[in-house]
Amino acid sequence: MNLSEHDISLQKLFDTNRAFIEKDAAAGVNLARVKAAEAFAVQGIPSSKVEAYKYTNLQPWFKSGFEQAYGLNGYSADDLKTFECNVHEMESHTIFTVNGKFVEGSSGHALPEGVVAGSFLELSQKYPEIIEKYYGRQAKVETDGFIALNTMFAMDGLFIYVPKNKVVEKPIQIVNVLTGPSDLMVNQRNLIVVEENAQVRVLFCDHTLSMSRFLVNTVTEGFVAESGMLDFYNLQNQHNGTVQVGGYYFDQEAKSQLNANYFTLHTGITRNNIFSRLGGEHAENHISGLYVIDKNQHVDNFSFIEHAVPDCESNELFKGVMDDASTGAFTGRILVAPDAQRTNAYQSNNNLLLTDSAKMNSRPQLEIYADDVKCSHGATVGQLDENAMFYLRARGISKEEANILLMYAFAYEVIEKIKVPSLKEQIRQLVEKRFRGELDKCDSCVVCGQLGTNLIKAN
Amino acid sequence: MLKIRNLHAMIDGKEILRGINLDIKAGEIHAIMGPNGSGKSTLASVLTGNEAFEVVEGTVEFNGKDLLDLSPEDRAREGLFLSFQYPVEIPGVSMTNFMRTALNEQKKYRGEDVLSASDFLKLMRDRKNLVDIDSDLTNRSVNEGFSGGEKKKNEIFQMAMLDPKLAILDETDSGLDIDALRIVANGVNKLRRPDNATILITHYQRLLDYIIPDHVHVLYNGRIVKSAGKELAHKLEENGYDWIKKELVG
Ligand SMILES: Nc1ncnc2c1ncn2[C@@H]1O[C@H](COP(=O)(O)OP(=O)(O)OP(=O)(O)O)[C@@H](O)[C@H]1O
Ligand SMILES: [Mg+2]
Repeated sequence: MNLSEHDISLQKLFDTNRAFIEKDAAAGVNLARVKAAEAFAVQGIPSSKVEAYKYTNLQPWFKSGFEQAYGLNGYSADDLKTFECNVHEMESHTIFTVNGKFVEGSSGHALPEGVVAGSFLELSQKYPEIIEKYYGRQAKVETDGFIALNTMFAMDGLFIYVPKNKVVEKPIQIVNVLTGPSDLMVNQRNLIVVEENAQVRVLFCDHTLSMSRFLVNTVTEGFVAESGMLDFYNLQNQHNGTVQVGGYYFDQEAKSQLNANYFTLHTGITRNNIFSRLGGEHAENHISGLYVIDKNQHVDNFSFIEHAVPDCESNELFKGVMDDASTGAFTGRILVAPDAQRTNAYQSNNNLLLTDSAKMNSRPQLEIYADDVKCSHGATVGQLDENAMFYLRARGISKEEANILLMYAFAYEVIEKIKVPSLKEQIRQLVEKRFRGELDKCDSCVVCGQLGTNLIKAN
Repeated sequence: MLKIRNLHAMIDGKEILRGINLDIKAGEIHAIMGPNGSGKSTLASVLTGNEAFEVVEGTVEFNGKDLLDLSPEDRAREGLFLSFQYPVEIPGVSMTNFMRTALNEQKKYRGEDVLSASDFLKLMRDRKNLVDIDSDLTNRSVNEGFSGGEKKKNEIFQMAMLDPKLAILDETDSGLDIDALRIVANGVNKLRRPDNATILITHYQRLLDYIIPDHVHVLYNGRIVKSAGKELAHKLEENGYDWIKKELVG
């Protein structure tokens, strides 16, 4: 493949800054850059000619014109004090990153012994054996130009390690803030390792605090060992000038549980790559998403569930409420390996289109090589039910309020999947606010602050 | 209370109501009977403002207001209620949230204070008893998975909650077992006051044994072709509609 001008500009940017990028990084992370740069030279940023990116052309965006986020972009840790209500959160497990960089002093200190959650830059050096074992294992650089790009530029992000048998009761909340006066490209890298029989809940909140344009290319790898549990939430509330590629690469061993939930409440362009490999028998996952978009916003959820062994179960539910000229895509790839017998794989994608100009592309892609498999998939695109609408109005409920009730009714199934009651209530309120059009008034959001406070109360 | 004059309505280019005239005064109970497809539900839909139907001629006055000029929600807020022949299932909208929203919007419209959470729950409990509806039902989504009879009971529960001036009960009796029928009828009777009125759309005399109508009308082919006292219902029960059809031809 011939690299585009943009790709070449990114390669140059990497070459120029390589010494700086590698200076403080762990050896294993630097080693991975070699393969990543080679892989990028082959693939570049995928254009919409690449089948997996058919509905989202990101090539025009990713170029060196955006400054790389190496620092805090003029933002100082002091500025975090403006997050008034976050003081409480410091006591719980709340961690901030600003422009992909871990903010010193914000790591939760009440974590059970042996559990770490903090700077990827720092902890990857402290735990070379974890880097060696897991880093880049599930997010393979040769499979996607975005993984390659991230692995080239990766400096900081989150590193969460939950050793064998440890259970982290309170959720670990990571507030990813994008801010500063200049436009930025951010390549944040996160690693979550949940060992045997360990449990953790992780919430990533993605926010923008300034009106600069942001290009985000995040890679999060999550490993769940035998009988482990990872409960993962992503709440995205970014302004329209944000382009975010979120790559989430999970690998599960026997009897493990993964719940991954994606809430896209505000964005410019979002592409989520959600990969999950069921690599041990009797592993199970539940992956869901809710996207509420309007204006020219675009959300593309691309999921790939790999049933590598027998007796696993996967469940996917993605729902979208789309207004104005917003556009969306969903791809649900399910691969069932030849000997992955007694596989259960369920998938559905339902969309509510509020206007004629909103457009949705939904495609299941099933590759089933085993014969004893229960697999179902379904995609729907529809409008609000007029009979239900009239029924509500006939009881004295205004058209606007009836609209909100019905949109909420459509979305609630996804919200129901949230396992932390206080978080569920918080997201429920946010979604309702979003339906009322009240959420897009703020380009930033102190949501996470309120959330943290509530979480403390509930625990 | 309600004055319908020469009401004509169409759907899909087909004229269903072909000149309805009807007067209802406060305190009265009217029964509307008539063969399948004669336009009874259509009349109810048109009165409550279902936009699927187009009113092509005629006027409707409700407590001095031009009813046809109001949105469906404003008609409800003015005190009009329809117990649907086929109540709609709305998964994801809880009965409680639905009723609270409806009641509060009606109260706001009328310039009354909205109910506190505890007063609202008290009212719910009280009205549930009145129609003997299972508590479990009001904890679920609106009509979702309700049996036919439960849906009908739920309509009367909503009516009891909203306390309308004019209630139209479209075949609320069909699908009810004998006990449920009695409970629903008792509920309606208890809610009866000198300042409200009820229209019962029904096929069966049975309901009218419990709720005694002041007037019985026969709707046929989009027109009210006969009006009389409660004895008319007995006659229809015995003889069907053929004699009326013959009268019309003859
Ligand atoms: N949405 C619609 N589209 C087309 N025709 C309709 C529609 N709704 C009603 N009609 C027609 O209007 C006529 C009157 O229907 P309506 O439901 O008012 O009858 P009804 O008197 O209530 O009958 P029943 O006793 O069976 O309930 C019928 O011929 C019916 O097919
Ligand atoms: Mg009918």
